[in-house]
Amino acid sequence: MRDRITAFLVLLPSLVAVAIFVYGFIGQNLWVSLTDWGKNPAQALALRPELRFVGLDNYRELFTGFVDMRFRQSAVNLIFFTLFFMAGSLGLGLLLAIALDRGPRGEGFFRTVFLFPMALSFVVTGTIWRWLLQPQGGVNVLPTLFGLPPLAFPWLTTRQQALVFDWNLLPFYTALVVGLVLLYVAWRAHREGERGRRFWSLLSGGVLLLWAFTLGRSTQLLPYPEPHGFSLALVGVILAAVWQMSGYTMALYLAGLRGIPVEVLEAAKVDGASEWQTYRHVILPLLAPITLSAMIVLGHIALKIFDLIFAMAGLDYAPTDVPAIYMYLLAFRGNQFAKGAAIGILLLLLVAVVVIPYLASQLRKEVRR
Amino acid sequence: MRKWLLAMGVVLGLSALAQTGKLEIFSWWAGDEGPALEALIRLYKQKYPNVEVINATVTGGAGVNAKAVLKTRMLGGDPPDSFQVHAGMELIGTWVVANRMEDLTGLFRQEGWLQAFPKGLIDLISYKGGIWSVPVNIHRSNVMWYIPAKLREWGVNPPRTWAEFLSICQTLKGKGLQAPLALGENWTQQHLWESVALALLGPDGWSNLWNGKLKFTDPKAVAVWETFGKVLDCANKDAAGLSWQQAVDRVVAGQAAFNIMGDWAAGYMATTLKLRPGTDFAWAPSPGTSGVFMMLSDSFGLPKGAKNRQNALNWLRLVGSKEGQDVFNPLKGSIAARLDSDPAKYNAYGQAAMRDWKSNRIVGSLVHGAVAPESFMSQFGTVMEIFLQGRNPQAAANAAQAIADQVGLGR
Repeated sequence: MRDRITAFLVLLPSLVAVAIFVYGFIGQNLWVSLTDWGKNPAQALALRPELRFVGLDNYRELFTGFVDMRFRQSAVNLIFFTLFFMAGSLGLGLLLAIALDRGPRGEGFFRTVFLFPMALSFVVTGTIWRWLLQPQGGVNVLPTLFGLPPLAFPWLTTRQQALVFDWNLLPFYTALVVGLVLLYVAWRAHREGERGRRFWSLLSGGVLLLWAFTLGRSTQLLPYPEPHGFSLALVGVILAAVWQMSGYTMALYLAGLRGIPVEVLEAAKVDGASEWQTYRHVILPLLAPITLSAMIVLGHIALKIFDLIFAMAGLDYAPTDVPAIYMYLLAFRGNQFAKGAAIGILLLLLVAVVVIPYLASQLRKEVRR
Repeated sequence: MRKWLLAMGVVLGLSALAQTGKLEIFSWWAGDEGPALEALIRLYKQKYPNVEVINATVTGGAGVNAKAVLKTRMLGGDPPDSFQVHAGMELIGTWVVANRMEDLTGLFRQEGWLQAFPKGLIDLISYKGGIWSVPVNIHRSNVMWYIPAKLREWGVNPPRTWAEFLSICQTLKGKGLQAPLALGENWTQQHLWESVALALLGPDGWSNLWNGKLKFTDPKAVAVWETFGKVLDCANKDAAGLSWQQAVDRVVAGQAAFNIMGDWAAGYMATTLKLRPGTDFAWAPSPGTSGVFMMLSDSFGLPKGAKNRQNALNWLRLVGSKEGQDVFNPLKGSIAARLDSDPAKYNAYGQAAMRDWKSNRIVGSLVHGAVAPESFMSQFGTVMEIFLQGRNPQAAANAAQAIADQVGLGR
């Protein structure tokens, strides 16, 4: 009993601090996002602003309002940035780790070289890469060293978009993706023989897909088509981000590779597995937990990205916009505090989607132990 | 007798001691602009030696970072004693309407500033019967820069209208100059837009845009975007990656013929690049805006609840005085807002600008905070992006009007 009281008293200060400074402020932010703070300039920066409750108006405007087209492009940018950044860092990190695992000469040296970019701040990386990606210099003149013509890709200054789709089809695509994920979950449950889970995921996935292909296609968010897509200007940003973080995934994978027991590999060899088969069926499955943790770390870095883009393209350049930047612009330049808070909540939800399943599965594992 | 002297001494000592305590000045003047502010602070310290001046600067061009810091401080109830703000709607639309500033009309009367500053400027800093800040400097937005020797080489004259500009642009393109107009990142594109708009709408049309009498969707205003699109076709394609200095560099290097930029470009070319104004580089009002001075101005205001109000008032007195403005502006590369400053202290460009300041029609700049509140200005970047993405004048005009309605422009 004594121990319990002591433990409680020791934990109390941090509990109170976290309750106020994390959850309290999240709560306040949520409240602000449901008000009209900023709509009326006389109240925006008053000493004691009067806030009126407006429900989900700010959220509705962000997704369907005429002037918030820039938010929608920034959200699309964020999704593509996150996907390509994670794929790039994981892929490159794995390749580097495999190369280093074979013990080439100077392995320690290369390990440090590859890991070093992670020690830099995103602002430094961004500034260097902004210089390297100037259309008339840096990366583009690299081929001339070998007598080839210089590249002509304008990197950050391009306004081209790829994979363009109409914003009105967003509900359709969302339902499609979530439906397919649920079907995958059902298939996994089927293989593991968990009938309850199989039934529910099959049912909800089926309903979603049915809705997507019947009503989903005709849902109109906007009264006019609004094309959004993957801005090619982001390629340069992704390049810089991958350059910075692939060393980190390399270190994770290297530790994983070194942790694979030799017996397992030898057993595979005895069974006559080729090198490719060993990687495909033995090593990669053993690295899966590492991939998952790396994805969580990279994913939440990508969703919160601000400084790298701030340094590379500035705040005012819409082709490389992400919601965090638009939030800053709206709140601190445009005095639209409520709308800024709404974007903050949306970002929190996005990160939660990435982090909470991970935390839940970790917790379940600990309970099982 | 000795008692008298003693008493006199005490009184004199007290009056000098009377101004003690602190004065916190908040601004974004650091780096190149730092020395001008420091000179002003030195002058203040000479007059009030017992006041400790706290120079709170937050770096970042045009105050991009400073304004965010200021807003958090003001919302937290911790205003600085006096802060830098662009004169006009940037001050009024954010701080005056929120009832956070003190009316300075009394100070203006007392110091005779109603006559010392031009009426066009007083109108821009007035709102609902009050005057809300003391302008310290004036910059001009609608200036076109060029290198006379290069123009002679190409055989062209500086254009006087945008139609002329477009035909010269074709001539120069024919001579192998790919981008006759040098352009930089997003805000410099907005800066170019306001020069085009001023030329096509005229000073009255321009002012009507901001008081709501002229809609953005009016055919005249839509035509601005059409011309702007044609002008953009004369500019470099890598604009988004260039700072305004790099755009000026293109003109100096002969890779471009013209650049539209505020007159801080004169400071950059004269001080940093060591070019002689008038001979090595020259200027003209941007096409179609001759006789109109599109101004922007830095000013200082007095927030309600300033901790050292009397010291702040003395600071404002100094900022608005002839002495203070003539110490500050030659170093900053701007001209004085007052009409009676001493031309001998300024370079050739400054003297020319002072003549125009006295004789021209005065209008305010959009990009630099004079004519529209921040809620509009910050979203005008989005309008620009809509235009650049689709090059559709009507879509840009619709978006601008939608934002104007949303923020209640002109009300």
